[in-house]
Amino acid sequence: MRTVYLDNNATTQPAPEVIEAMLPFFTELWGNPSSMHVFGGQVRRHVELARAQVAELIGADPSEILFTSCGTESDNMAIRGAVEAASPPVNVITTRVEHPAVLEPCRMLKERGVPVIELEVDDKGQIRLDDLRLALSRGRAVVSLMWANNETGVIFPMAEATELVKASGGIMHTDAIQAAGKLPIDVRRLPVDLLSLSGHKLHAPKGIGVLFIRRGTRIRPLLLGGHQENGKRGGTENVPYIVGLGHACELAARALGDEMTRVATLRDRLQAGIQAACPDVRLNGDEAQRLPNTLNISFQYIEGESILYHLSDCGIAASSGSACTSGSLEPSHVIRAMGVPFMAAHGSIRFSLSRYNTAADIEYVLKNLPPIIKKLRAISPFAAP
Amino acid sequence: MDISRRTVYISQWFMVQRGEKGMWDYTDKVLDHFRNPRNVGTLKDPDGVGEVGSMACGDALKLVFKLDKRGRIADVKFQTFGCASAIASSSALTEMIKGLTLEEAEKVTNQDIANFLGGLPEQKMHCSVMGREALEVAIANYRTGKTSKKILEGKVVCHCFGVTEDEIVRVVRENRLTTVEQVTNYCKAGGGCGKCRGEIEAIITRIRGEEPAAAVAPQSCPRLTTLQKIRLIEETMEKEIRPALKKDGGDIELMDVVDNRVVVALRGMCANCQVAQFTLKDVVEAKLREFVAPNLVVEEAHP
Repeated sequence: MRTVYLDNNATTQPAPEVIEAMLPFFTELWGNPSSMHVFGGQVRRHVELARAQVAELIGADPSEILFTSCGTESDNMAIRGAVEAASPPVNVITTRVEHPAVLEPCRMLKERGVPVIELEVDDKGQIRLDDLRLALSRGRAVVSLMWANNETGVIFPMAEATELVKASGGIMHTDAIQAAGKLPIDVRRLPVDLLSLSGHKLHAPKGIGVLFIRRGTRIRPLLLGGHQENGKRGGTENVPYIVGLGHACELAARALGDEMTRVATLRDRLQAGIQAACPDVRLNGDEAQRLPNTLNISFQYIEGESILYHLSDCGIAASSGSACTSGSLEPSHVIRAMGVPFMAAHGSIRFSLSRYNTAADIEYVLKNLPPIIKKLRAISPFAAP
Repeated sequence: MDISRRTVYISQWFMVQRGEKGMWDYTDKVLDHFRNPRNVGTLKDPDGVGEVGSMACGDALKLVFKLDKRGRIADVKFQTFGCASAIASSSALTEMIKGLTLEEAEKVTNQDIANFLGGLPEQKMHCSVMGREALEVAIANYRTGKTSKKILEGKVVCHCFGVTEDEIVRVVRENRLTTVEQVTNYCKAGGGCGKCRGEIEAIITRIRGEEPAAAVAPQSCPRLTTLQKIRLIEETMEKEIRPALKKDGGDIELMDVVDNRVVVALRGMCANCQVAQFTLKDVVEAKLREFVAPNLVVEEAHP
């Protein structure tokens, strides 16, 4: 059976070149990069090369790149590390649609007495800069705004928001995990202080992340117990994965132009095809400010998990904001924060593409999806007869 | 057989057994009723109509039935908005109650629906409860002519999902629930803002206090005569187990059934296989427990 993978905001296929680059570091080049002898020295050079490759993708200096174990660790360290290092104490500002890796640390800080403000979003999933301005007026803050949303692909106005935060004397963190490799990122032009990346969202394997820390930013380490990463993160470096991430960033930088345009064209074809073939669908998010690879669309009258199971029977992988797919009873906090009605929220499906998708993949989905929607609507008590 | 070869073999077994099931560990019967739902639709001039759930809750079921002259359910149809297990539970319910009198149908519990499907994941038990509730409302509608919308009686405990104290008491009693988390899995109460969790805890404590200690026994298994049991074991082996073993050049033979012990002999390639114990426990026993009775123990016959 043909398989079509359209769940790249969950994880991506590791690039074969990336895996190939990693392999020697499991076999011959297994030294500890901190060691003085030749075993360590030759490995250290590769770690530093990877650091430069990552820095290049986002316009940073290699000394500003810190390797972590995952995007969640990067987000935790940025928020908790910046708040703990701040003196006098600061407020925290974030949004209601962040990833749990940001929301949970913020809520933990709130329980410990740190004032936390969660900004609302409008029906397109956008924040209002006036809300941010008002929140910033309450005192110096650590601000965490995602660059692009994992569920809807909505892109926040980073340039304007960062300018406001910096003008107020605040510390700006952005979770750029979904943006990296899909949008150009240049920290020379965008004065964020902290920025999180994750390897497995850009065709490196799981288990590697990055926190960009602008020189001069005060931050408390999360992991103590070693001099590694300039004393900012203890723990022997995960060399094979660091090398893999370096290669993945180089490949991502190359794919940013033409390849991402091609991906956007495929996504637009998918969207237009679904809208033409299926009545009563609802687009979730901001069409004008959206990642090139993401389509979040609700099918009225039917539930997301049922759609996913039928798609899976055809070899198509996607995901849903419905309650049932997560095992919780409430639909996605992102979709609900946008004020999407319950029924549309339960029937929301996210298709997220990558540079490995082809036009034939999209045609295959457009052939198989409409009959599934029709079949489920025939069972639904809410669908028009 | 070296270790790495053996690892590959075991992982292939897992793929055979668990492959293509997706996110939840649904039984084959759940997936069958989801993919090919029975009795979908509506009826003209139904005798009873039951509508429960809501789109806010993420699942809803409309059940309609017609009686024959002798008062038996002659035809029954459903429409469901919900996940795979909600659709499967509705489909199963219609199959179970066809031909029953209303007095008989009334006795169907949510546990019966789950058992019919070979079990449901704990977090999906509320789907079986929704089925039982729709049936109840449809029967009440036939008897009283009252509106088919679920009539909320008694005090509402969970405001997020509109669950009353009576409903919570009922799922706790019928399913012998002991924790708030279970109550949430069975009827959603407490699964929203969580403010009512203390109140649910108090209801559980009160009911547990009422019951004699002996009542807190493990789930009873569907009662089968020995002959029925052996037939079902043979059928399950033929349909569910043998085809998988034959792919690897093996076979299996039923030697004896003593109470809950099933004695089997592995044949062909399986007889000398390094992972035979794995096959017995994780494949043969798992399948027999799923399709026959959850307390079965599989043993290998000694040559």
